[in-house]
Amino acid sequence: MSMAIANAIVQPVEREDYLNKEHGIGSWLFTTDHKRIALLYLISITIFFFIGGFFALLIRLELLTPAGDLVQADTYNKLFTQHGMVMVFFFLIPSIPAVLGNFLVPMMIGAKDLAFPRVNLLSWYLYIIGAIMMLHCMLTGGVDTGWTFYTPFSTAFTNTKIVEAGLAIFVAGFSSILTGLNFVVTIHRMRAPGMTWSRLPLFIWAHYATSVIQILGTPVIAITIVLVAAERALHLGIFDPRLGGDPLLFQHLFWFYSHPAVYIMILPSMGIISEIIACFSRKRIFGYHFVALSSMAIAVFGFIVWAHHMFVAGISLYAALVFSLLSYSVAVPSAVKVFNWTATLYKGSIHYDAPMLYAFGFLGLFTIGGLTGLFLAALGIDVHVTDTYFVVAHFHYIMVGGALMAYLGGMHFWWPKISGRLYPEGWARLAALIVFIGFNLTFFPQFILGYVGMPRRYYQYPAEFQVLNVLSTAGATVLGVGYLLPMIYFLWSMRYGKRAPDNPWQAAGLEWKTQSPPTTFNFEEEPVVTWEAYNYDEIDAGQKQEVKVVG
Amino acid sequence: MSVQTSVHQDLHGPELLHHFADPQQQRNAVSLGMWIFLATEVMFFGGLFCAYLIYRGWFFGDFAAASKSINAALGGTNTAVLICSSLTVVLAIWAAQTSRRMLLIAMLVLTMIFGLAFLGIKGIEYRDKFEEHHVPGASFSFDHEPIPGHPGQYANPQHAQIFFALYFIMTGLHALHMIVGLGLFTWLLVMAWKGRFTPAYHTPLEIGGLYWHFVDIVWIYLFPLLYLIDRHP
Repeated sequence: MSMAIANAIVQPVEREDYLNKEHGIGSWLFTTDHKRIALLYLISITIFFFIGGFFALLIRLELLTPAGDLVQADTYNKLFTQHGMVMVFFFLIPSIPAVLGNFLVPMMIGAKDLAFPRVNLLSWYLYIIGAIMMLHCMLTGGVDTGWTFYTPFSTAFTNTKIVEAGLAIFVAGFSSILTGLNFVVTIHRMRAPGMTWSRLPLFIWAHYATSVIQILGTPVIAITIVLVAAERALHLGIFDPRLGGDPLLFQHLFWFYSHPAVYIMILPSMGIISEIIACFSRKRIFGYHFVALSSMAIAVFGFIVWAHHMFVAGISLYAALVFSLLSYSVAVPSAVKVFNWTATLYKGSIHYDAPMLYAFGFLGLFTIGGLTGLFLAALGIDVHVTDTYFVVAHFHYIMVGGALMAYLGGMHFWWPKISGRLYPEGWARLAALIVFIGFNLTFFPQFILGYVGMPRRYYQYPAEFQVLNVLSTAGATVLGVGYLLPMIYFLWSMRYGKRAPDNPWQAAGLEWKTQSPPTTFNFEEEPVVTWEAYNYDEIDAGQKQEVKVVG
Repeated sequence: MSVQTSVHQDLHGPELLHHFADPQQQRNAVSLGMWIFLATEVMFFGGLFCAYLIYRGWFFGDFAAASKSINAALGGTNTAVLICSSLTVVLAIWAAQTSRRMLLIAMLVLTMIFGLAFLGIKGIEYRDKFEEHHVPGASFSFDHEPIPGHPGQYANPQHAQIFFALYFIMTGLHALHMIVGLGLFTWLLVMAWKGRFTPAYHTPLEIGGLYWHFVDIVWIYLFPLLYLIDRHP
């Protein structure tokens, strides 16, 4: 009898949450809970991340030696094309918004769910349909045009599966539009009482700006794909100079979406970094309004810089000058963010937990990526380094060093909330370090390679480039280990990790006022917000007082 | 028992889904969602309008010659048909607001008849183009077609083919939107038949109406751009 009582006291009562409320595959495939849909996305994009990573590995292995010895030239073309398509359209663009955004946006503003839960589920199904089409396309031959589909090569010359890959991206694009639409409506209409625009977490501002790009940019690539498919199937000549068409028009339409698409990847990362830096330096973010509005400014400027991808493609000198100047303007809001984060760190009480290590990594790598972006926006340097590894290194510093680092930082930061378990901190810090070292070893040599003249998209190269290429391949191996580690210990922690308290980081933000993991409707009763965002001074002052009382 | 069930349905029916605080919030969210969707549609058609305007500027004479070959009378009739259908949509919403169920059903049916008439006329135009070999592709021909206002000059068939390619893609996508709209209105008609719409709850009618008006407005731009280039009597 007494044993039974003791057992009842020792064993924690299993609380109902969104994970254990319902069981069975149907409860996942037909769920409208934003948190479950986030997990569906998490599983899907992780699979595609490792598929894309596999292509990257083969690319780096081929480039280990100057001769083209591992794969044939045609195969190499397909490898870098599929690497780009998978990573851009099926990993990076959905990554932060569809996983962390889906999970956190309703909770951060005090809502029970997104405004349109069924549309949210539809967006995942669209993603999956696009993903299956892309998988089928890759398994039955793939595409060799590069992820950019430049015409007239893609419409009149190549014999690979352009139409199928295009349709896959078309369908996945609508999944992205629906996510953005859902976020904008949710942020406008579903905020809890007291959650004013200037009290919103910066993660929300970043997702608002991202959603605007998804809504206004994605339809343009959709119609461009329709034109390419129609031109290829019916030989129309809209983009074919032999038939009176203009291939530059394709590039304009393509980059009108695909340049802002980079901001779809980086803006949510910036939102994560704001959350992490404020929490682990225990300070209100410096210049909140400037950081919030710089997200909107990046979204707006992002739409008027696209032609800097076309400086050597034959646009007029005057257009090039204007687009060069406009491209420089993106540096202003980006710098506003970096300086404000740095100012937040100043005199902060800094904790070096794993999410913060990723945030530090982001700060350095994003700054390098951003500054080399200015090199490329300058016409003179751009002519020199166009289509070299300098460009490859630049955008990998933004997309991988920036977006992916922040995604991993965010996954660590919110993992206790998502899974209800703590990840092993020591391993996580080690993984963050390995990723940082591996990343720089992979991509810094590529800046030098590009500057001394190694062009991108070739499967062989002169022997004098070998040392730097070997460094890069070695770095890619290290990087691969760094990416496998988190996946292993996240999976491990789901079973063996310590149970997470509701707010393990003593963080501000409504999502930490829910239980870990949250219940299906997130909050027991509708929260009323009476405090400013990132009120870490109040949180920490409150705790000191509590200690005094106890002591 | 049945009373309880109906009370429960009042609380969690389509008028107020569980995650909204009150019906007003839900109405605002749904209509904002529809407006944003229309913004994506504007950008979707925007890419095509952009391509069209660039080539029209470059190959103006060829586009004018090609435009002269499509039937402006049929296009004009279609414009009138669509404007009438927009009126019936507005009347349908008014009927729902004032609880006139039979009028609502009649207006929805009329809207769909106008929509089908539009597609029928469009089909006649497409058939004419097919018979004249104006469909881009292997059997396309547009030889010795004079450029309006420039006696003795003939249109470049390749440039005219770009016009026809854009004509078919733009009107084709528009027709596809009409077909989706007809599907949407079939659903609205079923809901109206079952008496689901009340003066307090008719949001689906409003967002369906927004969609229909949007598709009309696209046509209002397509008609002059495609049919009325440099047309002289």
